[in-house]
Amino acid sequence: MRPGRIIAAALALAIAAPAAADSLLPPAEWANKQLPDPRQEAQARDLMEEVRCLVCQGQSVADSDADMASDMRSHIRRRIAEGETPAQIRAWLVERYGNWVTYAPPVDGMTWPLFVAPVILLGGGLWLARGRFRRRKKM
Amino acid sequence: MIAEAGLAALWFAAALSLLQMGLGWAAVRPGNDNLLRLVRPLAVAQGLLAGISFLALIWLFLETDLSVKLVVANSHSDKPWLYKFAGAWGNHEGSMLLWVTVLAVAGGAVALLERKLRKDTLIGTLAAQATISLGFYAFLLFASNPFERSPVIPIDGQGLNPLLQDPGLAFHPPTLYFGYVGISVAFSFAVGALVTRDVGRDFAQAMRPWVLGAWIFLTLGITAGSYWAYYELGWGGWWFWDPVENASLMPWLAATALLHSVTVLATRDALRAWTVMLAVVAFSMSMIGTFLVRSGILTSVHAFAVDPQRGSFILMLLCLYIGGALALFALRVSTVREGAPFRVVSREGSLVLNNLLLTIILCLVMLGTLYPLLTEAFGTKISVGPPWFNTVSAPFALLLVIFMGMGPLLKWRKDDGNKLLKRVAVPLLLGAATALLIVIVAPDVHLLPMLGLAVAVPVALMSLMPLVGRNLRRTPLIIWGMVAAHFGIAMSLAGMASESAFSKEVLVSARPGQVSEIGPFTVRFDGAEPVAGQNWTAIAGRMTVRRGEGEEFVMLPEARMFSDPVTATSEAAIETHWDGQLYTVIGEPDGQGAWQLRLWWKPAVTLIWFGGSLVAIGGLLALLGRVMRRRSARKSVTDEAEGVPGREALA
Amino acid sequence: MKLLIIASILLVVVLVGGFAALRRLYPDSKAVAWLAESKTRPILFVPLALFLLIGGFAAYKLSNPGDTFIRSRLIGKELPAFTLPEALPNRLPVRRADFGRGEPRMINIFASWCVPCIAEAPQLMELARRGIPIDAVAIRDRPEDIARFLGQWGDPYRNIGADRDASLQLAIGSSGVPETYIVDGGGIIRYQHIGAINPSDMTRLTEEFEKARR
Repeated sequence: MRPGRIIAAALALAIAAPAAADSLLPPAEWANKQLPDPRQEAQARDLMEEVRCLVCQGQSVADSDADMASDMRSHIRRRIAEGETPAQIRAWLVERYGNWVTYAPPVDGMTWPLFVAPVILLGGGLWLARGRFRRRKKM
Repeated sequence: MIAEAGLAALWFAAALSLLQMGLGWAAVRPGNDNLLRLVRPLAVAQGLLAGISFLALIWLFLETDLSVKLVVANSHSDKPWLYKFAGAWGNHEGSMLLWVTVLAVAGGAVALLERKLRKDTLIGTLAAQATISLGFYAFLLFASNPFERSPVIPIDGQGLNPLLQDPGLAFHPPTLYFGYVGISVAFSFAVGALVTRDVGRDFAQAMRPWVLGAWIFLTLGITAGSYWAYYELGWGGWWFWDPVENASLMPWLAATALLHSVTVLATRDALRAWTVMLAVVAFSMSMIGTFLVRSGILTSVHAFAVDPQRGSFILMLLCLYIGGALALFALRVSTVREGAPFRVVSREGSLVLNNLLLTIILCLVMLGTLYPLLTEAFGTKISVGPPWFNTVSAPFALLLVIFMGMGPLLKWRKDDGNKLLKRVAVPLLLGAATALLIVIVAPDVHLLPMLGLAVAVPVALMSLMPLVGRNLRRTPLIIWGMVAAHFGIAMSLAGMASESAFSKEVLVSARPGQVSEIGPFTVRFDGAEPVAGQNWTAIAGRMTVRRGEGEEFVMLPEARMFSDPVTATSEAAIETHWDGQLYTVIGEPDGQGAWQLRLWWKPAVTLIWFGGSLVAIGGLLALLGRVMRRRSARKSVTDEAEGVPGREALA
Repeated sequence: MKLLIIASILLVVVLVGGFAALRRLYPDSKAVAWLAESKTRPILFVPLALFLLIGGFAAYKLSNPGDTFIRSRLIGKELPAFTLPEALPNRLPVRRADFGRGEPRMINIFASWCVPCIAEAPQLMELARRGIPIDAVAIRDRPEDIARFLGQWGDPYRNIGADRDASLQLAIGSSGVPETYIVDGGGIIRYQHIGAINPSDMTRLTEEFEKARR
C-alpha cells in the first residue's frame, strides 16, 4: 500500500506545485528548533504528533514538510515555552478548526461509540466464546 | 499483434471462467462429482490463458510498444529494463490484469493439486473461484482494457513516476496481490464447503496452505511497506495508522485469525462455523481494502490515483460476493455440526482467545478507519489517529501477545492451568523485572512502550519454550516455523516499544563545521554539496559521524528534486548499527549559510522489520513443513502425524 | 443517506421474511430444504445486515464525496485580537481596531507565491470597485514580492498586514491561501470563503457582504 502513498504524494505535489508554490521565507523560529527545556520539548512533541496538518490532510504537523505545518510547530513550541499547557493549546485549536484538527478525538456526543466499542466488543466476544465452552461441558 | 493476442487470450479466459462457473454451479450437489473431470481442465486452461495475456502485456512493456495506450502512459524507451518490466503493473489496468492472472493461475493450481477434498466440494470451490475471476475479467474487459491501442503513435512514452523506480516499490504491489489472491482461494474453499455442507478436517487441510501462503505475502508486504515509509518519508515514522495502511493491516489481522482457527479445525475438528466466517471476513477485508484505496472515498492524499467509477465497480463486485457469501453463511451454517469438545484451558481454548482478540482489534481498526466518514455524513468532521488507535488496540494487542507466548505450551483438549503457570513463572517474573527496571532507570518513558518491553521480553522467552526438551534435529519444520513466527512477533514488539521509548531527536540549524551530539554519536556537518542523478538533482549534506571513540564515517542525506514530473523528495541517510539506527535528514537552508538538519538515534528500531521478516520466514518454514508432510503422507498410506496431540502445531 | 439505510434494512427483512414464508408454504419442498435446514435462525443474518449497511454507506459516500474544506469555527463569533506589522513600508497594517466600527469589512488572505491568488485578483478588484473595503493579510511573504504582485495584478486593498508565521491565520481558523472573510460592523466574523474567488462566487460574496451590513 505504501507506494500508493508515495505516488499520491508525488501526484499531489505535481498538481499542487504551481497552485501552492512554497513561500520564500525561511521557516518560523521554532519550526525546526527544539525548546531548551527537555520537558517542555517532550510536551510540545507529543502535541505536535497529535495535531493534524491543515494543508496536507493526512499527516500530523510533526511529520510534514508543508510551510503551514512548520508554522504550526513553531506556534505550539512558542506557546508551550510561554507556559501554556498542551490541553490549553489543543482547546484553542479545536475552538478554531473543530475536532478535525486533533488526531485524538475527545469523548462527546458524536464520538462516544469509538470509546464504548472496545468494551462492547470484548463483552460480546466473551459472551459468544463462553456459550461455546459451556455447551462443551454439558456434552 | 501481441496486444490483440493478449486481449484475445483475456476474452477466452473470461469465456472459460463463465463456462466453469455455469457448469460448476449447475453440477454442484452433495455427492455428485460427475462434472469434475470437465471443470478441472477448464480451470487449468483459464489459468494458462490469463497467464498468456499477462505475458503479452509484459512483452509490450519490454518492447516499449508505443501503439498501446497503457505503455505510452506508463513507460519510456530508455528506462532500465527492470522498470519497464515493473511498469507493466505500476498502473491501474496492469495491476488488475496481474491480479486476475494470479487469481486464475491459483484456480488452476487448486484444480491440479487438490486431491484430498471431497469432489463435490472441489467443484463448488472451483465454481466460486470462477465467479470471482469473472467479475474481474468483466472489470478489465469493459472498464479498464490494458491492451487498448492509442490512435496516434507518439515519439516516446511519458515515463514512470520516478518514485516508483525503486526495486522495492516495484515489487511491493504484487506481494500484496499474492496475499489477497491466496485469501480469495480460502474464501472459495469456504463457499464450496458451505454449499456441500462439507465443513470438516479435509476442507481445513485443503485450505490451510493457501491461507498460510497468503499470510506470508501479507506479512512481507506490510513489513516492507512499513520500512519504505520509514526511509522514504524522511520523518523517521514507520506506522501512521493512515487509512491506506489500515487497509493493508485489516486483511492481515483476519488472515492471522483464520490461520489459527483453521489449524484448530484441521487438527481437532472444532470451530467449524467460525472458520468459515473468518474466511469470508478475510476476503471481505482484502476487497474492502482495495475499494478504500482505489475509490478515494477516504479523502487521504495518500490514496492511489483514484477514480470513483472504478470504485463503484469494485463496490458492486464486493457487495455481490460478500453479500452472497454472508447470505449463504446465514442459510447454511446452522447445518454445520458442532465440532469436537474442548476445555477453556487447552490449546483450542488459547486459540479461541487468540481469535477473539484478533477479531476485536480488527473491528477496532475498521471502526477507527471508517468512523470519520460516518460523522462526516452527519455534518461533523473529526480525525481518528494514532492516539486513539494506540490506546484502544494496545491493551488487546499486549494480551494477545502474552497468550501467544503461552498457547503453544498447552496441550490439546484440556490442560492444567497451574502447570502452565509454573512453566512460565520465570519469564513472567523477568517481565515484571523489566517493567520495574524501566520505571526506575527511565521514569519518563510512557506507559505503553514500557508495557510493550515488559511483555516482549518474557514472550520472546516463552515462544522458544516449545523447543525445550525436543531433539532439535528431529523437530518438525512446522514447530520451527511457529517458534520463529512467535519469536518474530515478540522481537517486532520490542523494536516498536524501544523506538518509542528511547528515541533521541536533535534538530539543528547547522553551519559547516558545526558539531552536534546525538545519543552515542558526534555529528560534524561539513557542508552541503550538489549531486546529480539521471533524472534528478540534489543537495547532499555531508556529515562526518563518530560513535564514541570509534572510527569516523560519512553520511550523505539528500534533498532531491526530480525533473519529470517535478517532485521533491527527501532521501534520508541511515546508518545501521547492531543496536539501532542513526537516521539523518537534510532540510532547508536558512539563507544565511546554515542548513536544517534532523537527526534521530533510534535504538533497536531494526528489530521491528527483522521481527516482521522472521514472522514471514516462520510462515515459510511451516508451509514447507506442511507440503513435505503432505507428500510423505501421500506416499505412506496412513497419515499418522495429523491429529496426534502434541506433535501438531499451529503454523 | 436515511433512504439507503432503510432500503438495506428492508432488503434484509424481505430476505429473511421471504425465506421464512417459503419454508412455511412449502414445508416439503426439496429445493427449500436444500437451501437451508430448519435450524436457520434470524440472528445468523446479522453479519449480512451489518455488511449491507456498510456497503450502502460506501455507495452513498461514492455518490456524495463531500468537500475537503476545513471551515473556521469562528463564524458567528468575534474577530479575535491580533497585531500584525505592516507588509509594505508605505501602507498601514491591518489592525483589530479597524473592525467593528459599524461598517463591515472583508479580509483577504493571500500571498505573492500563491497562484490561485492571481486568478482571484480581477474579482477582488471588482469587489473593491463596488466600494467594499478589503484588508489584506500577506502570508509568509516579503515586501518586495508583495509590491511586485500588487503592481502586476492590481491592488484592491485598503490596509495590508504581514503574517510571517501564520499566527493570524491560525487565530481566525483559516486553513490555507487564499481565503476571504467578511467581518460585520460589530466585529463578528460572518462569512468565510475558502479558495480563490471565481466569477461565479461574486453574487454570493456580495450578498453575504450586504447581509453583514444589516
